[in-house]
Amino acid sequence: MQIDVIMNQKQLSLSVAADEFLADTLRRYGFLSIRKGCNTTCCGLCTVWIDDKPTLSCSVLSARLQGKRITTIEGVEQEATEFAKILASEGAEQCGFCSPGFIMTVLAMKRELVHPTEAEIIHYLTGNLCRCTGYLGQMRAVRTYLRGMHP
Amino acid sequence: MITMKSVGQGIPKMDALAIATGKPVYTQDLVMPNTLVVKVLHSPYAFAEIKAIDTRKAKKLSGVECILTYEDVPKVRFTVAGQSYPEPSPYDRLILDKVVRYVGDAVAIIAAVDEKTALRAMKLIKVDYEIFEPVLDFETAMGHASIVHREQDLYTNFDIGMEQAKNIIATHKVEVGNIEAELKKCTVIVEETYYTQAQAQGMMETYRSFNYLDHMGRLVVISSTQIPFHVRRTLARALQIPESKIRVIKPRIGGGFGGKQTLAVEFFTAIVTWKTGKPAQLVYDRTETFSCTSSRHAMRLKVRLGADQAGVIKVVDIEGLSDGGAYGEHSSTTFGAAGEKALILYNKTTAARFFGHAVYTNKMPGGALRGYGATQATFALESTLNKLAEKLHMDPTKIRLKNIINEGENYFTKPDVILGSSTLDRCIIKGKELIGWNEKYPRKDLESGKVRGLGMAVTVQGSGIAYIDTAAAEIHLNSEGSYTLMIGSTDMGTGSDTILAQFAAEVLETTVDKFIVYAADTDVSPYDPGSYASSTTYVTGMAVVRAAQDLKAKIIAKGAKLLEVLPEQIEFDGTVMKTLNSEKTLTLKKLAESILVGPGHEQLVGTGSYGSPVSPPPFIAGFAEVEVDKGTGKVDVVHYVAVVDCGTVVNPKLAKIQVEGGIVQGIGMALYEDVRYGPKGKLQTNSFMQYKIPCRKDIGSIDVVFEPSYEPTGPFGAKSIGEVVINTPPAAIAHAIYNAVGVTVTKLPITPEKIFMAMKH
Ligand code: FES
Ligand code: FES
Repeated sequence: MQIDVIMNQKQLSLSVAADEFLADTLRRYGFLSIRKGCNTTCCGLCTVWIDDKPTLSCSVLSARLQGKRITTIEGVEQEATEFAKILASEGAEQCGFCSPGFIMTVLAMKRELVHPTEAEIIHYLTGNLCRCTGYLGQMRAVRTYLRGMHP
Repeated sequence: MITMKSVGQGIPKMDALAIATGKPVYTQDLVMPNTLVVKVLHSPYAFAEIKAIDTRKAKKLSGVECILTYEDVPKVRFTVAGQSYPEPSPYDRLILDKVVRYVGDAVAIIAAVDEKTALRAMKLIKVDYEIFEPVLDFETAMGHASIVHREQDLYTNFDIGMEQAKNIIATHKVEVGNIEAELKKCTVIVEETYYTQAQAQGMMETYRSFNYLDHMGRLVVISSTQIPFHVRRTLARALQIPESKIRVIKPRIGGGFGGKQTLAVEFFTAIVTWKTGKPAQLVYDRTETFSCTSSRHAMRLKVRLGADQAGVIKVVDIEGLSDGGAYGEHSSTTFGAAGEKALILYNKTTAARFFGHAVYTNKMPGGALRGYGATQATFALESTLNKLAEKLHMDPTKIRLKNIINEGENYFTKPDVILGSSTLDRCIIKGKELIGWNEKYPRKDLESGKVRGLGMAVTVQGSGIAYIDTAAAEIHLNSEGSYTLMIGSTDMGTGSDTILAQFAAEVLETTVDKFIVYAADTDVSPYDPGSYASSTTYVTGMAVVRAAQDLKAKIIAKGAKLLEVLPEQIEFDGTVMKTLNSEKTLTLKKLAESILVGPGHEQLVGTGSYGSPVSPPPFIAGFAEVEVDKGTGKVDVVHYVAVVDCGTVVNPKLAKIQVEGGIVQGIGMALYEDVRYGPKGKLQTNSFMQYKIPCRKDIGSIDVVFEPSYEPTGPFGAKSIGEVVINTPPAAIAHAIYNAVGVTVTKLPITPEKIFMAMKH
């Protein structure tokens, strides 16, 4: 079937199978930043925004997204790079496979939470797993980013 | 000490922005259009023989390209372990075998135009199995009525102590001195048996490989692997084609942790392409990754320690048993590593022994995972040592300071090997201070009813495999005065590409941004065994240093020639060559340009190789502060201190993250990570729902501090760091729990129910 979405701020018409999940549709259309790390909505790697809310694209049927606004990291490149630089200056991206999903969640959090506490930050980001870094470096980067400090 | 410009700097990784912002740089991103999708039909039984397999219906389905069964593959056995040839792992595998030996073992390969068709075809394959009694408990494997490998053509390259009919993969024994006689002289003897569980690597990018035939009809394999050169050699054997027909390219890797030191999927896609001539790809999903690849070897380790009244450890005796699973890859070596690393640490002994077996069972094979046996041994040895300290009424930090091997001393089991570097003593003292040992040890009751306890452990690893692995490196001077560093190692995200460039930049007196690092493509990269055994910084690092020195000498020689002086008469500062009296100068850029034009010139290339006769151990002292809820047995690790001696810290930022990541993985192993099987051998923990890795909420604060030493055989004094970081948490946390609530859990993971039940009894 055909659905019309606003994909990274542009109108786009996608042809999708009825049982296709958004992560697969997006990869098929060349949005290769989408990574999948599980098949059980556990890892957060596939996070994109649907109408600006971070969402697990591995478990959303594409067919339901008619008229929705979908944003991947390709659509917020500048902002993502700004945070990625902070992450890199901490050395806190290792394999980087979890990073796009993590960054999308961080950017959404920055929009959504005002002056979050440490516990609120951890809670917001907890669905984003990372097997390499042990999270602490990521958290240092998030704190620096929220303080508006840049390397 | 000389100050260094690149080594020691916490610079960001060269590929950081590309990988962090989702650029298409991983295996699956490189798949070309019209690539066949490969799926594997996995065995539902732990142990069975295929009596008949009917693929006719499946083959008729439109869009199906090929379906392969055991009848269609070469009959030559091989190992999937990524080790230097001749591998110490048995050749006990076929791409597809008539006998399936664990739930998840491969039964058939299906290739179709898309995933849906492949899955539909899979359902149409009919298999008749004769089911055998599986061997599921590794403690009963030896001499079990069922024999996991009955085939006559199983082969080992050399004697590893295999006894096929008894399900024994390997036998290992190191013994120095007379254990029983020396034990008799000891005033205190402690003994305990420990069980360490299978752990999953859990890297975020699952196993995947994609390949095609190039214009010369050669097989090009793009794979998320730590071992491109071993993949090439193993595929050649498995497919029975010459190595020269295969090219392996390693793009960016989404984590490995040792898992990708074992071939998991490459032969499935390779044989499809070889047979059909078409590109093929296979991406294992998380379930397949958990259940059809490899995990850490579960082990049983019985430790006996004997000491005199003053607390000097006289005897270390460890008897082990390792669960190899259905195939023997990495079994003899992880088991051997457990022994080797356990026997390095305390060298005031008069007798030491490590012996036992690795056995076949009908479960997913054991494989490589960060720590590689040393993790298991550290848990057992250090837990027993903590027990010994208590029996002697000695502070656990003091008994270690009294017994550890120090710089300049020899190994007890290898008297001719001298420890070149160590600050382990300082690591212990520093860690003790940072965790607040004197104030908090052993426990503090909190008002909430919870108890805080402190515990510790120390550990070692190695740096590369002595006398076996040799790596090479090559550096080209490019026309604009920049360099291309060619290596065959794999950066799994650790930053090794950047670190190797830091070495080269240091020698060539320039900065890392002057380097293009290319790794790895077996057609063009110099040979490297791959990234495992904590070897990249140390072994490949030395090769890079040598290549850079070689190139630097060539640059100076060439510059001298152009300036018409002797090489001794010029100085090179990385940018400009000057004669000593500064009369004549020549920039590197100018030199680089000029040597590429005209007769008599040559491109300047530096080469270097390195294989080490030693494997210098990095050290860590780990300190855990835990909070135990007496009502439920729940444990929180509130604070962890790791003080690390990895020689020279080449890149403090990257090293710190390595340590933090490893500690967290070790906390997971200590408390909840567990690869569990059902009564019939089916893996129960086959998703992140059942297999719990630490999440952001599970982590307390972790302090990482370095106590650098200088390793004389290492590049700029560096040793390894990648693996050692996972080893201390299980023992240190177990100790802290004991100190908090007085219960000893000897079977990992230390779950709340185990603590709770132990407290009740
Ligand atoms: S792929 Fe893991 S949550 Fe979507
Ligand atoms: S950086 Fe590898 S999973 Fe997060």
